[in-house]
Amino acid sequence: METTMIHEVTWVGVAIKALIAMLIVSAVAGFGTYIERKVLAWMQRRPGPSHVGPFGLLQLAADGIKLFTKEDFIPQYSNRLIFSIAPVITAATAFIALAAVPIFPDFTFPEWIPLLGGVFVPSIAADIDVGLLFILGAMAAGLYGPLLAGMSQQNKWGIIGAARTAVQFLSYEVVTGLSMLAPIMLVGSLSLVDFNNYQTGGIASWMIWQQPLAFVLFLIAGFAETNRTPFDLLEHEAEIISGFVTEYSGLRWGLFFVGEYANMITIAVLASVIFMGGYSDFMLIPGWLMMGLKVTFFFFLMLWVRASWPHVRPDQLMWLSWKVLMPLALLNVVITGIVVMVTA
Amino acid sequence: MSLEQFKNRNIGEQNYKMLDIEHRPEKSWDRFKQAFGRSIKIELFIGLAVTFGIMIRTLFRGETHTIRYPFEKIPISRRYRAIHEMKRLLESGNYRCIGCGLCEKICISKCIAMDTRYDENQRKEVSEYTINFGRCIFCGYCAEVCPELAIVHGDRYETASEQRASFALFEDMLTPIDKLKSQKEYPGFGAVSPNADDNIKKTPLAY
Ligand code: SF4
Ligand code: SF4
Repeated sequence: METTMIHEVTWVGVAIKALIAMLIVSAVAGFGTYIERKVLAWMQRRPGPSHVGPFGLLQLAADGIKLFTKEDFIPQYSNRLIFSIAPVITAATAFIALAAVPIFPDFTFPEWIPLLGGVFVPSIAADIDVGLLFILGAMAAGLYGPLLAGMSQQNKWGIIGAARTAVQFLSYEVVTGLSMLAPIMLVGSLSLVDFNNYQTGGIASWMIWQQPLAFVLFLIAGFAETNRTPFDLLEHEAEIISGFVTEYSGLRWGLFFVGEYANMITIAVLASVIFMGGYSDFMLIPGWLMMGLKVTFFFFLMLWVRASWPHVRPDQLMWLSWKVLMPLALLNVVITGIVVMVTA
Repeated sequence: MSLEQFKNRNIGEQNYKMLDIEHRPEKSWDRFKQAFGRSIKIELFIGLAVTFGIMIRTLFRGETHTIRYPFEKIPISRRYRAIHEMKRLLESGNYRCIGCGLCEKICISKCIAMDTRYDENQRKEVSEYTINFGRCIFCGYCAEVCPELAIVHGDRYETASEQRASFALFEDMLTPIDKLKSQKEYPGFGAVSPNADDNIKKTPLAY
């Protein structure tokens, strides 16, 4: 903490950090679609996209061009206003949540760089006191994206998708919050920077060893909140065409997916920072690379699970959330509380 | 046959196999035990291991099932009925077709058009032979009826073209004279069966 106090956090630094986070996350979100297709393909004995450009890398550009040049179509019987702003809500809240997430360690621009020399870039765009609460809140507000999108359409799949959104996000929000509560009690702060500094002592100091149950619960709830298999009920094609995105096309459709990928990254970053040591250096590996590796691992885990596991029924989803995960999370909180009380 | 009998005409035993479905637990404690057991069973992780192994095999050993189609093709069955081929006699290099007109006659979509004439040696010669592939239904009757094995179905199934006439002329279907050596005898549709000799019987004349 001392080192961060010495440097003065200027608005230039914050702006640069915001820009970096924004650019990296958008780039990763775009690239993530490529990675997802490749990994899923490999796991199903296919080569995946391989014709456009080297290793199919330019497939991204091709898809982008396709999305951008599609007609911006609003169906006749949908509610025009809500239909148009719903995707923006999803994408915007996903990026807003990232504001309080530390992605890389803080650094100072070397003096020789013109204009920016000596500017201190903090690890986090907004190191607010309520960091975690803010992230959870922003991500929970993202629920309005799919909900409104589904309700603004004049078809039953949209409605079912919206209903499932409400059911799934609301119940798993509870589990996310409760599973994070135990680590918060241990660290005694809501700021993710403090979480990171709590675990600087190598692998043994990682939160995952103290809170294995909370880690598992957080991962499960994270999968549900980012709408990934095995909890991809919102737009499960085999059941409800596309759920809340049934009537969307082109860029608006794309915005939902940018939002979804940004959320995946947020969850991956959160899991790495809260439970797996964050961006502290690890032996010879610098912190930013460590962070990249961990986030990549969680991202890969999401794809891996998608390729391997079937998805659950909506009623099983609710059963899992309210009858299994929530009591476990509560139990974890209670036990952690007792341990903290006894040891303190 | 009465209705009763009609509905009950099955004879013998049915060999149904009963699936081994575990009984559903009745008490909530049993249900809890089942759910708990299923949650900590390692089957989920075995699933993960399987997909990971397949990824490794695809990536590093190239075990994919994909055929990069425009660049690669798999051989199709010899029974496949694609664009026709006209064969040549191996000895003389002449085309086999004797102009009998059977194929034209049998063609059910009437897409074979042919004409014959006497050449200068007073031998029958095919002066015109086209198949309208816009109408051909690839039924294979022409190949089956041909007494000389002159018209057969080849394996050329990529039939997108600017005009169907690209395939339809006699010269297009005929084996090129310089490729005569590599002309393959056709074992597929319309060819004589391997045991053709055994199947030949004397036509009974005495009635
Ligand atoms: S395949 Fe059938 S339809 Fe086609 S030319 Fe032969 S007989 Fe006629
Ligand atoms: S049936 Fe055979 S031999 Fe007779 S005209 Fe047709 S292709 Fe020629």
